[in-house]
Amino acid sequence: MGEPEPDIEARRIASDARDRVRFEEEALALADQVYRVARRLVRTREEAEDLVQETYARAFRSWRSYTHGTNLRAWLLRILTNLNLDRGRKVQRTPDIQPLEEGDYYLANRMAESQGERALDHDKVVERLSQDSIVTALSSLPDNFRDVVVLVDIGEFGYADAAQILDIPIGTVMSRLHRGRRLLKQQLAEEALG
Amino acid sequence: MSHGPCDKCEELLQGYLDREIADAERAQAESHLDGCEYCRRRYRFEESLRRYVRTTSEERMPPGLMERLTQLRSVEG
Repeated sequence: MGEPEPDIEARRIASDARDRVRFEEEALALADQVYRVARRLVRTREEAEDLVQETYARAFRSWRSYTHGTNLRAWLLRILTNLNLDRGRKVQRTPDIQPLEEGDYYLANRMAESQGERALDHDKVVERLSQDSIVTALSSLPDNFRDVVVLVDIGEFGYADAAQILDIPIGTVMSRLHRGRRLLKQQLAEEALG
Repeated sequence: MSHGPCDKCEELLQGYLDREIADAERAQAESHLDGCEYCRRRYRFEESLRRYVRTTSEERMPPGLMERLTQLRSVEG
């Protein structure tokens, strides 16, 4: 085989450039959604901005490894969560989790207690939470649990996508989600008690 | 049907909440919810908490960020 024909080569370069531009446009169109997840994975707005910026820099560099037609948002978030891991997160101890008997009614009971009421209807609990308390509670979750809760509850990814993004088995997604949500409620209850 | 906490219900309800269960299990979850006030309340609570968690993240990215991302492109848009 000799050198490729010059016009074939020119067409290949042009088509490559078009693919790249299309990739960049599609990726940029998802930036708001990527930022939203980043914002809850890290503590500050500045960190989230840096993380998104690093993610896009890496994505644009390695755009060829993305298979067109697959889930681009999941692909971007996989880069983002890996970068976030590289930022030197420490392995954290899993806090004690309330036994199931207390788990779900725990938050309602603690909130009632904090407000001097004997019982608080479940339906009223969420109304009484502030947005800030949720943000604080989320940021207090151990990283592994927060990753899963944020991807599923905020990123609205299914279990399979979350498993792929974080490179963990789907069963681990389910158990971390379960424990993460329980810890979140526990944390909200503690905040309610002050 | 049990009206106290049970691990099995919790597992089933999580999948149901996240719309991650097969039709047969969904039917099982729905029939359980129909008959169990305890789980029904928990389910409603989980659903509203989840919705609320999502609303806390409805924050648009800072305007300058989009500009910086655009500058990372191979050909600036």
